[in-house]
Amino acid sequence: MPAVQETVERVRRIDVDQYRYGFETLIESDKAPKGLSEDTVRFISAKKDEPAWMLEWRLEAYRRWLTMTEPTWARVNYPKIDYQDLYYYSAPKPKKTLSSIDEIDPEILKTYEKLGIPLREVAVLEGVEPPPGGPPSANRKIAVDAVFDSVSVATTFQKELKAAGVIFMPISEAIREHPELVQKYLGTVVPTSDNYFATLNSAVFSDGSFVYVPPGVRCPMELSTYFRINERNTGQFERTLIIADKGSYVSYLEGCTAPQRDENQLHAAVVELVTLDDAEIKYSTVQNWYPGNSEGKGGIYNFVTKRGDCRGRNSKISWTQVETGSAITWKYPSCILRGDNSSGEFYSIAISNGFQQVDSGTKMIHLGKNTSSRIISKGIAAGKSQNTYRGLVSAHRKATGARNYTACDSLLIGDKCGAHTVPYVEAKNSSATFEHEATTSKISEDVLFYCIQRGLSQEEAVGLVVNGFVKDVLQQLPMEFAVEAQKLISISLEGSVG
Amino acid sequence: MSLLEVKDLQVRVEEREILHGLSLTVNPGEVHAIMGPNGSGKSTLSHVIAGKPGYEVTGGQILFKGEDLLEMAPNERAAKGVFLAFQYPVEIPGVTTWNFLHAALNAQRKARGEDEISSPAFLKKVREVAKSLNIPQDMLKRGVNVGFSGGEKKRNEILQMALFEPAVCILDEMDSGLDIDALRIAADGVNALRSPERAMVVITHYQRLLNYILPDFVHVMSKGRVVKSGGKELALELEESGYAQFEDAA
Repeated sequence: MPAVQETVERVRRIDVDQYRYGFETLIESDKAPKGLSEDTVRFISAKKDEPAWMLEWRLEAYRRWLTMTEPTWARVNYPKIDYQDLYYYSAPKPKKTLSSIDEIDPEILKTYEKLGIPLREVAVLEGVEPPPGGPPSANRKIAVDAVFDSVSVATTFQKELKAAGVIFMPISEAIREHPELVQKYLGTVVPTSDNYFATLNSAVFSDGSFVYVPPGVRCPMELSTYFRINERNTGQFERTLIIADKGSYVSYLEGCTAPQRDENQLHAAVVELVTLDDAEIKYSTVQNWYPGNSEGKGGIYNFVTKRGDCRGRNSKISWTQVETGSAITWKYPSCILRGDNSSGEFYSIAISNGFQQVDSGTKMIHLGKNTSSRIISKGIAAGKSQNTYRGLVSAHRKATGARNYTACDSLLIGDKCGAHTVPYVEAKNSSATFEHEATTSKISEDVLFYCIQRGLSQEEAVGLVVNGFVKDVLQQLPMEFAVEAQKLISISLEGSVG
Repeated sequence: MSLLEVKDLQVRVEEREILHGLSLTVNPGEVHAIMGPNGSGKSTLSHVIAGKPGYEVTGGQILFKGEDLLEMAPNERAAKGVFLAFQYPVEIPGVTTWNFLHAALNAQRKARGEDEISSPAFLKKVREVAKSLNIPQDMLKRGVNVGFSGGEKKRNEILQMALFEPAVCILDEMDSGLDIDALRIAADGVNALRSPERAMVVITHYQRLLNYILPDFVHVMSKGRVVKSGGKELALELEESGYAQFEDAA
């Protein structure tokens, strides 16, 4: 059997059933009644003990949402979602108010342990070099916020962050404790009216992370949030808001997993980033929602709106994503380059296998003078999946000297998958310099045979070629996560990778 | 026992028979040249020995140290000591040459039940081997064959040959795409690797390569068979009279 054929066979046999995070945690939960109405929105807001302005904000979004229609322009197909057949809020049932991590349901702690996520306050990795310019501490720490279904269950390293003046807490707490900050920034990057899924999120979001880094502060550790959907028929609508005040820096990572279920689960998140003058946010995602089984049954519908606003001069926002999960991915982390000399980056690895459908990319909106952006996208399609890069680069009339470099590469494994590139480029002033490069290639039988003749197995050969293909992007991830991501890539490319 | 024994080999590609009963016996230390016009089945022979997919063996056998080679997976053959120097080595972007060689060597060692070689030990070894072949260290840091000249690609094949220390090396059209200087350098590399234990099968269309790599035996292939075998003088004879005389013999 020809080598590529064999790869296809193997993909068909094992592929996405290899999902390692598909266990379910049995805990009692507190759920909102099924379906969506003003009452659901009021229920969530009341559960979160929110101020009136927040409830009003949600209701306005909900009313707006009722007038909107689901977008159909993406290259994804799925049966119509019945929004009345979902639960919009589910929380692990608390026995009492938690005051320390020891009071968290041990079942949930076990779940995070299985996922390899440390919630205990320990230095996660010892002897890791600090990032360039980072604090010269021997132990690198990572603060974790863990979100289980609709609520945040634990946030670590609170004290140390507080000492640095960094606020890192569940957004539901931030709404109560830092209303002035939340009110000032929430919805200013992704307005409640932005798009169907973002508007839905605005109405029903339950939790997520909030980060504020004060002027001149370099956040002393990596911040990360792990999202886990556990409950059946539950949508997760997290909302993340990160503000880097003047001259500050923060690196943030999110990871996501879900149990294996036959039915599809909805995930519609909104992430808003704001950088003021000379500030920088580095936002990395390792997305590993359940992709569905080998027949294409089940899996997460991932409709996410992520946007960063480089509001200040010389500010910078960098998105890095490794997308391996979800049945459907609809996601375009974008940058609005408003401040003069601001810059945006988008580094992406999107892998699809089985029946997964990915429509992902970025938007770089150049508004300020001498703004620059860089897009490196690596799409890998295997099995019967469809993988689309969709991107927009635009320069406003006043964005003189805008520069963009885009490179979109697609790699096909087998002959039943598809890779598509849909770039939109708009330059409204003559001084903009936009470059676009795109390639599509297949792992050819010749390349595989060459590796195998040198002693590598088929799996090792595919792994080697794929890792070479994504190298430029992996290098952008924080080191410890790059290792994790590399493993994840291997797993999601089924048995054909060792 | 012979090192490599090809017996009455019959091979088809997509219903068309390419090799119609080919036999060849190679002993340790010997260098065999296989010559023949385009389409005579030379490359098919090299691919079948290495185990490239897409060929159907319909008759005959290949023994390697007495074992049935055709029963082994291609990477198993590599681990046992069968090396194919490719006519067109592929490019693997993003994978450094030294990483690739390290992974391949360890895969072979693992298959043979040997310990894996650590990065520092490997680096030392590969540097020594490169030095002995006058291959610049810089090549090890570059992506596998990416942006390599024709000559560099062939030298990379020879470097691998030296590193893996195979028992039998099949050199498929090593001279294609090389100018005379590059050819000489590549041939010097091959000659440095000749040893009483190792056998070489040099596949070539042109006699000129055999000016640099002197064979012990020359076989002329035509239409899927060996039509004449002899010593190195046979190559010179071919140079003068061409392949036409053998077309009828086939």
